[in-house]
Amino acid sequence: MDFSFSPEQEQLRAQARSFLEKRFPAARVAELATSDEGWDRASWPEIARLGWIGASIPEAQGGAGLTFVEEAIVFEELGRALYAGPYFSTVALALPALGCAADLLARVAAGALTATLASHDPGRRSAAASASAKAVEARRVGDRWLLRGEKDLVPDAGCVDAFVVQARGPEGVGLYFAERREGRPRASVLDTVDATRRLGRVTFEDDEARLLAAPPSAAEIVARTRRRALAALALEAVGIASRALAFAVEHAKTREQFGRPIGAYQAVSHKLADTYVETELARSLAYWAAWCIAEGEGETDLAASAAKAYAAEAAVAACERSIQVHGGMGFTWEHPLHRYYKRALWIESFDRSAAAHRAEVARTLLGG
Amino acid sequence: MDLRDGPDEAAFRAALRTWLEANVPAGLRGFRGWTGLALALGREWSERLAQAGYAGLTWPKEYGGAGRPWRYQALYLEELARAEAPQHLGVIGLGMAGPTIIAHGRPDQKARYLAKILSAEEIWCQGFSEPSSGSDLASVRTRVDVVGDRFVVNGQKVWSSYAHIAEQCILLGRSAAAAEPHDGLTYLIVDMKSPGVEVRPLRQITGEAEFNEIFFTDVAVPKENLLGEVGGGWRVAMTTLSHERGTFGFALAGALDVAVRRLVALARERAGNDPLVRDRVAREWIDLQALRYTNYRSLARLERTGAPGPEGSVAKLRWSEANQRLTKLAIEIIGQEAQVAEGDAASGYWRYQQLRSRGNTIEAGTSEILRNIIAERVLGLPRSR
Repeated sequence: MDFSFSPEQEQLRAQARSFLEKRFPAARVAELATSDEGWDRASWPEIARLGWIGASIPEAQGGAGLTFVEEAIVFEELGRALYAGPYFSTVALALPALGCAADLLARVAAGALTATLASHDPGRRSAAASASAKAVEARRVGDRWLLRGEKDLVPDAGCVDAFVVQARGPEGVGLYFAERREGRPRASVLDTVDATRRLGRVTFEDDEARLLAAPPSAAEIVARTRRRALAALALEAVGIASRALAFAVEHAKTREQFGRPIGAYQAVSHKLADTYVETELARSLAYWAAWCIAEGEGETDLAASAAKAYAAEAAVAACERSIQVHGGMGFTWEHPLHRYYKRALWIESFDRSAAAHRAEVARTLLGG
Repeated sequence: MDLRDGPDEAAFRAALRTWLEANVPAGLRGFRGWTGLALALGREWSERLAQAGYAGLTWPKEYGGAGRPWRYQALYLEELARAEAPQHLGVIGLGMAGPTIIAHGRPDQKARYLAKILSAEEIWCQGFSEPSSGSDLASVRTRVDVVGDRFVVNGQKVWSSYAHIAEQCILLGRSAAAAEPHDGLTYLIVDMKSPGVEVRPLRQITGEAEFNEIFFTDVAVPKENLLGEVGGGWRVAMTTLSHERGTFGFALAGALDVAVRRLVALARERAGNDPLVRDRVAREWIDLQALRYTNYRSLARLERTGAPGPEGSVAKLRWSEANQRLTKLAIEIIGQEAQVAEGDAASGYWRYQQLRSRGNTIEAGTSEILRNIIAERVLGLPRSR
C-alpha cells in the first residue's frame, strides 16, 4: 500500500508546473480567452514533445506506454494553469475510441491530431438551436460511412481536427471518426461562459466517416470514456481549487484593513482553512479515481462519480470563497479569478450536477 | 502508487482478521464506548491484544514493540473497525505517554513504564486541560513546585478520559512564572494512587461518565518522574500532542466506516425512496472515502518523513463534523421514536451516538483550533491572536 507518486511522476508534475507557469501566465490566458481562436495552437506540438499527449498511448504507436496516473498529473496541472487547448477533449474524451485505430493513435501521440467527442444530441430549449436539428445517423454507402445530423455542446468543437461521433447506424449506436476537411463537418462555436473551453455545435451533411467501434463494443468504450472524463475533470477541478485557494491566501496575507492583514481575522482564515480541507479531500478522491482507472479496478464507476461530484463542488466553492476574500477586486474582469470560476462551473455542468452523481452512488449503496 | 496490500500487508491483515473472529469477547462486539460491561472486560482484552503482538505495533522492538512501519498500525485500526472491536484500553499510554517517554525519557523511566503500557497492567490518563485552560494549553495553572527532593503538585485537571481507572497520569503544570507562556512549564508522570489525588467522574450529555475531573492537593511526586527538564515541559507536551495525530485518522475513519455502514443499513430499511435522504447518505459515503484516501496520503508522508504533519488536523476536523451530520441524519430517519428509550436497538444506538457526537468537535482540539492550525501552519496565514 503506497498512496504516493513515484519520483518520476513527481518530476513530471514539476516539469508541467514550471512549463505552464512560464508559457501561460495569467495575462496570456486572458489574451487567449478573448481571442477568436481561443487557444495557442503552437503549444500543442510543444506539449506533445514533453510526452503529455501520448502518456498512455502504447510505445508501439509512439506513446510512452504509461498509465492514467501520469495523465492525471497533467490534468491537474493543466487545470491549475487554466490551459486553453483540447487536451481534455483529445486525451480524456477521444482517446478511448481512437484506441480502436493504431494509425490514429500514432498521429495523436505525435501531436498531429486533436479530437473531441461529439455525443450530445440536439434538443435544447433555446431559440438559437435549430428546431429542425436531428440526432446524427450513420449510413453505409458502398464501403463508406456517411453521417447526417447534428451534435450539440461539443467541447472544443471549434479547435479540434476531428470528431469521435456517437451515431446511430443500422445495427445501433456506434462510434465514428470524422476528420474536418475544408470546413466540413461544419462546426459553430457557441458563446460559452468559460471562454477557455468553448462548446460548439457540429452539423454533419453526409460527411464521410470511419467506423471505430460497432454497437456492442461501442457501449463499453462510451462507458470507459465517461469514467476517464469524470476523473480527468475531478483532477482539473483540484488544480482549479488549489489555484483559487493560492490566490486567496496571497491576498489575505498582504491586504491590510484595520491595521492587520485580513488573513488574521478568523472570519477570513477559517473560510480558507475549509477551502484547503475540501481541496485536499477532493484531491484524495481524484487520485483514488485515477488509480482505479489506471488499474482497471472494480470500484472505478463509483470512484469516478464520487470524485467528480465532490471535486467539482469543491472547486466552485473554492473560487466563490476566493472571490469573496478578494472583495471588490475579485468581482472584476481584470482579476484572473473569474476565469477559474467559470472553468469550475463548466466542470460542474459536464455530465450533470453533483447531485445526479450522488444519486448514482446512492443507487449502488441503497438499491432502487 | 498502489492501493492494494502488499504480500506482507495482506498476510498481516488476514491473520488479524482471523484472530479477531476468534478472540473478541461477546461483551465487546458492537463496541460503542468504555462504559459498563465493556469496561470490566477492557484490561483482559487489551492484555490479549498485547500477547498476540498487536500492542505497540510501531514502537521500537527494544521497548517491546513490533518495530513495524506505520502502515501496520493503519491496517490494525481498519481491521478493528471492520470487526467493530475496541482498541487496546490503554490508548493514552500507547499513543501519547509511551511515545513521549521513548522520545524524552531516561533509560530507567523506559524500563519502569513502557512494558506495563503494552500489557495494560498500567492504564494512563492525560492531565493537560484545566477549567480555565482548554484550547490555550500554555495557560495551565496547576502548580508544580520543587520542594526538597520532590515535586509538589496542586491544581485541577479536567476532561480526563480513563482517569477513573488509570494508574498513571501525564501532567503538564506551571513551575515558574515566565514572560513567555510556553516557558516555565514542567511535565511530570504522576502515580494516580498518590495521596492527594482525587478523581471525580463527569457526567456527560449522554448521561454516561467517560471522563473526569482530577484534583491534586499537595501531591508529592518523586524527582525521577520528571520528563524532560524543569521549565522545559512545553516541548515534551508538543511531542505528546503530535503523536495524538499520528495514525489517529485511521481510527477515526474506521469509526466512521462503521457508522456509515449502519447508516446505509438504516436507510435501506426505513428511508424508502426519499431522494433527500438518499442524497445525504451518498454524501456521507463520499466524505468517508475522501477521509480514507486522505489518510492513505498522510500515511505515505508519515512513512517518508517520520513525523505526522499538521495535515493530520484535516482528518479530525472532517471526521467530527461528518459524525455529527450522519448521526443526526440517522435519528431523523428514525423519527420521533428516537426520542424515547423504549425504542428498538437501532433507535437506542443512534440516540446515544448523536448526543455523543456533539463532543467530537470539542475533544482533542476544537474545530476552531484545528482551523487556526490549518490557517497558520499549513497556509501560512498570520496569527489570529
